[in-house]
Amino acid sequence: MSGKGNHKDLQGNHACALGAIAAGCKFFAGYPITPSSEITERMSVELPANDGIFIQMEDEIASMGAVIGASMGGVKSMTATSGPGFSLKQENIGYAAGAEIPCVIVNVMRGGPSTGMPTRPAQGDLMQARWGTHGDHQVIVLTPDSVPEIFTETIRAFNLSEALRVPVIILFDEILGHLVETVEIPNPDTLDLKTRKFAKGPREDFKPYGETKDMVPPMARPGDGYRTHTTGLTHWEDGFPTQIPAQVERMTHRLSGKMIKHRQIIESWEAIDCEDAEIIICTIGISARAARQALKPARKKGIKVGLFRPITLWPFPEQAFKDVTKSAHTILIPEMNGGQLILEIQRLCGDAVRLVGLNRMDGEPIEPEEIETRIKELAKIG
Amino acid sequence: MDSSSADSFNIRDFLRLDMFPHFLCPGCGHGIAMRALLWAIYELEIPKDKLAIVSGIGCSGRIGAYIDANTFHVTHGRPLSFASGLALARPDLNVIVITGDGDCLAIGGNHMIHACRRNLNMTCMMLNNEVYGMTGGQASPTTSEARYTTTSQSGCIEPVFDACALATAAGASFVGREVTIHLPDLKDLLRQGLAHKGFSFIEVLSDCTEVFGRKNNLGESPEMILSQKSRMRPSSYGSVDGNIVDEPFRANTLPTGILSRNERPEYGDTYRKHAADIRALKSGK
Ligand code: SF4
Repeated sequence: MSGKGNHKDLQGNHACALGAIAAGCKFFAGYPITPSSEITERMSVELPANDGIFIQMEDEIASMGAVIGASMGGVKSMTATSGPGFSLKQENIGYAAGAEIPCVIVNVMRGGPSTGMPTRPAQGDLMQARWGTHGDHQVIVLTPDSVPEIFTETIRAFNLSEALRVPVIILFDEILGHLVETVEIPNPDTLDLKTRKFAKGPREDFKPYGETKDMVPPMARPGDGYRTHTTGLTHWEDGFPTQIPAQVERMTHRLSGKMIKHRQIIESWEAIDCEDAEIIICTIGISARAARQALKPARKKGIKVGLFRPITLWPFPEQAFKDVTKSAHTILIPEMNGGQLILEIQRLCGDAVRLVGLNRMDGEPIEPEEIETRIKELAKIG
Repeated sequence: MDSSSADSFNIRDFLRLDMFPHFLCPGCGHGIAMRALLWAIYELEIPKDKLAIVSGIGCSGRIGAYIDANTFHVTHGRPLSFASGLALARPDLNVIVITGDGDCLAIGGNHMIHACRRNLNMTCMMLNNEVYGMTGGQASPTTSEARYTTTSQSGCIEPVFDACALATAAGASFVGREVTIHLPDLKDLLRQGLAHKGFSFIEVLSDCTEVFGRKNNLGESPEMILSQKSRMRPSSYGSVDGNIVDEPFRANTLPTGILSRNERPEYGDTYRKHAADIRALKSGK
């Protein structure tokens, strides 16, 4: 034991709930759905005991609405869901993106499409997490690969959401949700927690969506005297609707601009054995766990193989990926879907390297042996 | 305050005047409903800073932007869900939802019945003009049978929802209905709804002159609101056989005024008490 905090054996879903509490989450609205219900259940226990509010809403749409409503009231808020529930939340996620309301959404992925396989794992929502709601919009998507990382990434999700006024989605799968691992629960005083900037100063000077140096305007909290207007319509700096092209252009530019400006704090990845690697595995979540295990036996055979794991999946850490994969002639992309992450890698690499997918969509995880076998085949081809 | 407040009430004190001219069509009943609401707020002396107005999509949803308060114009049908989160997180605010018949009863129907059941402290003002005005006049769940709309070109064939009966059955602790022609009565009803602790549901019969009145040859605003008046049945008339679902046009069949009211526990209070008990139990260990 490091002595810095408490150690607890937790399933991923519970680690997520405790991460939220540690991050200062004071509002959770949810709806029962497998395999994420344990997050909702745990929050129903933790929040009343921690001066927070838990509410089970009538449906997934209402849960997302209530979360945004609470956040508009100035409170750190979260919801959790899976599969069909994630589809239903998309409309209001778009509202949060457009009106820049901080919130955290957890999606514990299960087999799809439709009702699919509620109790089986999948990684089929990678693109939906990025593009699920209509219109060009900004979101951040985090993909932890272990129970301790679910805990820390949930805290980071709140920090990013608060700092940048953007919805942050945490994406993991059924296996990680139910896997039990030891998590170090840090002493709360050691945590670096971010809270959104609230409007200060005279009302006349305050522009709810005005230009600021960091491109993230402070939020007016109801009751503080600003009496602002918030809308899902495209709005100008004063918060009121506009369709004047020059204004629309500037507002949409700021939304994407703030993401570019803060890339450094948003992006996160892990690179293992990539320095001399000719074959690089690029994957996320539970599939990265399998890939990690496949590295050692392959290296023992003298195959120069490495692993690049985006922890922030969107926006994709593209510069880091490009730097790390410089020496590679092959990139292997194992994913539990029909090929989604590979599309992003294709975009970044073009024809410069050989891209190989390793896909499973049968409700079973990708095994380390499958990856090892594929690495050996690829090494033989050279 | 007494009725003399009609003289001291200055609607301009509650408006974002730089947002004018407003977008409502001439004769639209929504403006009258907004006036009644602001008048009630004035009488209750609710500070504007503590006023949170959450509205949905449609002509009804757009009037929030004209009110000098904390205003939130959210997604279609969802204002009650946003308002539930806001009211729970900020019990110090006076939360008012402005919605329409399509927003509240069609796409938002599930949120509406559960908001009534939960009995969270807020006031929902539903403007019922029997039509989707903003999208060009399509039929809504309150479009009376045989009325012409752009999606019922040979007359609507669906029965209507009785929103107040629905709210009462779902458990709203304050339910009322009024027409716009009786402005002081509408103001009084809204004032009582706002003062009530719990979920107040108030249906206001509004008129859409532009895309509903014209399509059905109902005349201009005065004719439309007079015909609404003829449908009214204040409680002093006693109860009536039949119901508004089956006989939407019969005179004096539409109950108005306070239709139901009780003092059951408000959800926010119940939650906070429950949470305090949990904390006490925990710290006692
Ligand atoms: S379309 Fe109808 S409801 Fe909308 S503003 Fe015009 S009259 Fe009013």
